[in-house]
Amino acid sequence: MNTLDKVKIGSDCIIQKVSGERPIKRRLMDMGLIPGTRVHVRKLAPLGDPMEIMVKGIELTLRKADAFNIIVEEVAEE
Amino acid sequence: MKLKIALVGNPNSGKTTLFNSLTGNNQHIGNWPGVTVEKKEGLVRTNKDITIIDLPGIYSLSPYSLEEVISRDYIFNEKPDVIINIIDGSNLERNLYLTLQLIETGVPVVLAINMMDVIAKNKDVIKSESIAKLLNCPVVEITALKSVGLEELITKSIDLVNKGYKYRPVVWYKERIENIVSIISEKIKPKVEQERLRWYALKIFEKDEKVLEDIKLDSKDKDEIFNLINLYEKEMDDDSESILTTERYNYINRFIEKVYFKNKIKAQSITHKIDKVLTNKYLALPIFVLIIFLVYYLSISTIGGLLTDYVNDTIFGDNGLPGLVTGWLESINAWPWLIGVIVEGIIGGVGAVLGFLPQMFVLFLLLGILEESGYMARIAFILDRIFRRFGLSGKAFFPMLMSTGCAVPGVMAARTIEEENNRKVMIMTTTFMPCGAKLPIIALIAGALFRGSPIQWLIAPSAYLLGILMIIISSIILKKFKGFAGKASPFIMELPDYHLPSVKGLGFTVYHKLKSFIKKAGTIILLAAVIIWFLSNFSWSFTLTSNAEESILASIGKLIDVVFTPLGWGNWKAAVATFTGLVAKENVVSTFGVLYGFAEVGESGAEIWTLLAVDFTALSSYSFLVFNLICAPCFAAIGTIRREMGSRKWTWFAVGYQTLLAYVLSLIIYQIGMMFTGVFNVGSVFGIIALVILIYLIFRPNKFLIKS
Repeated sequence: MNTLDKVKIGSDCIIQKVSGERPIKRRLMDMGLIPGTRVHVRKLAPLGDPMEIMVKGIELTLRKADAFNIIVEEVAEE
Repeated sequence: MKLKIALVGNPNSGKTTLFNSLTGNNQHIGNWPGVTVEKKEGLVRTNKDITIIDLPGIYSLSPYSLEEVISRDYIFNEKPDVIINIIDGSNLERNLYLTLQLIETGVPVVLAINMMDVIAKNKDVIKSESIAKLLNCPVVEITALKSVGLEELITKSIDLVNKGYKYRPVVWYKERIENIVSIISEKIKPKVEQERLRWYALKIFEKDEKVLEDIKLDSKDKDEIFNLINLYEKEMDDDSESILTTERYNYINRFIEKVYFKNKIKAQSITHKIDKVLTNKYLALPIFVLIIFLVYYLSISTIGGLLTDYVNDTIFGDNGLPGLVTGWLESINAWPWLIGVIVEGIIGGVGAVLGFLPQMFVLFLLLGILEESGYMARIAFILDRIFRRFGLSGKAFFPMLMSTGCAVPGVMAARTIEEENNRKVMIMTTTFMPCGAKLPIIALIAGALFRGSPIQWLIAPSAYLLGILMIIISSIILKKFKGFAGKASPFIMELPDYHLPSVKGLGFTVYHKLKSFIKKAGTIILLAAVIIWFLSNFSWSFTLTSNAEESILASIGKLIDVVFTPLGWGNWKAAVATFTGLVAKENVVSTFGVLYGFAEVGESGAEIWTLLAVDFTALSSYSFLVFNLICAPCFAAIGTIRREMGSRKWTWFAVGYQTLLAYVLSLIIYQIGMMFTGVFNVGSVFGIIALVILIYLIFRPNKFLIKS
């Protein structure tokens, strides 16, 4: 168990739970960050934040502080 | 048959393209009442009985974001006959999530699957008929960019209304949820329309604040319902809103593989390659600076600037249109005041509007390219870290940069900022940057009172620094007031695939932007220019006067100059110059010229440097400069602020804030400065109080900030 902001760049994880204040949580989930969804952590912005992730074939960017609300299980590298 | 169709879809789904293709030139662009969100309405080109309303791009119908609330309110209060939901065919899953919510509203939905050309090219498969059956709504395959499938889209929309749409729920939630929803339905049945019943019941299950406000449940019912929901939430260890969100996505997950087959996507691999360079750890910032420079160079200094100069100096210069019209009017012996009103007031005013068009044209074209190509989203990604510190968006860079050329495109560039509050702050503060027309004022002050001083070269850079600093400080101060206190919203956005912008799309955007600028800002500028012309050319006996000192404006200046005494420049000439600066900032210098008895002065007013040095001290002149840099901008910019804010109240607030800040700042600079020269009096006390208040406003805790 880990939070999304701490997942290693280039690796995959699966969302376990989304927490946080209602508006934040709802927005994250509306964008498709639903428990059970596989996320690929692509890269960090040049200044180290925000991060770029890939979900359901779409590139998303979010701040580490918001990614902290997303609890994930890392997927062992294949 | 008159029909009202609402166009709804995710950002980047091609919604604007579809809207433009459907309506052509029959568009009306404005703002949603009181907010900075653009509202577009248009008549269908092939059927003028059908009105299309382009709702803001949204991902969901949650009650938390402004765009979503606008869309919801429109759907429920204005009751469109049909919703056309446009979805990106290469991104079905996330797009359909909004579709499910739209269907739940009970309004007939026609699904338009866009970008079918890309789907065909990638050899992906979408089984539209199966989707239509599953979702119980007509599905039309379209390619908005090439106007393919639009006829069918309109026909199916009309058919749907004619046939009499019957709402049938699409998503059935878990049994436990449905049980609670039916209990809620029973309770609210008398309060809502039949077709909306399920939507309201589901929203109450989600504990949607807005709906709970609308439907006043009596406390007994509310307790009963909330007890049931709370119990279920506890059981599921999640809140009801998230449970429904998850269920909707799960529903899509269950059928998506049967209707949608995706090949390895080519566009995306190209995007990845481009991003390896454009958002590269080391290259991203240099490339960004280069692009910014190019936009600035093309729109402000070269193409746009040259064309604007041409319009201002040649067409609307002394030998251009004004000269011609004056000659003609004189030849028919028109009254001198009429010639004045027409030539200096009206033509001058129109010139002030049209002069900006070339610059704006180039700017909008370039910004449009950046936006449509997908780079604009990357800017937010690259710069977020820096700008968020000050509560600003990464895209705040554009308005600030543009404003160093002209505040008009600067204010308009704030449109690209994603969040309402950030947008408002930027619209209000970007005019602090010294624009091209303020440079002569800087040159005047630096020349008249700092000539030969070791700090003369610092005056100009200090103006830019002040502008940036005041934008940052204002952002910090304003965000702590209630009017700007937004709900804590996370920064999460899509980075769309790169693609070449279409000429047609860009043309549309630029054309309509310019048109709406002329309409909205133009009227204000024209009116204001005529009024100021009247005040500065007429005496109280309402006769035309060539002696500036006799004008109404001069006497107003003499009356109110005492207001500026605490700032160190309580003389009527300075007051009048500041006023005429509202028409165009470069007027400040020429007004001084006229008031000191010169018919015409050079751009930096070198002729009056020595005269000015008598009426000002170095300190009071700097205070004057600061005031003129920060205070209400010219009418063209105020008109643009009005156009972008979409609200008179907010426009007044913006102008009031700018002027107040200018006053306070000049007061602090002058009074604290005087203390260093050993003067301490009542003024110093006010100066200190002003400084303390300013510091307090910057550092006081933000009680509206919800920490996540």
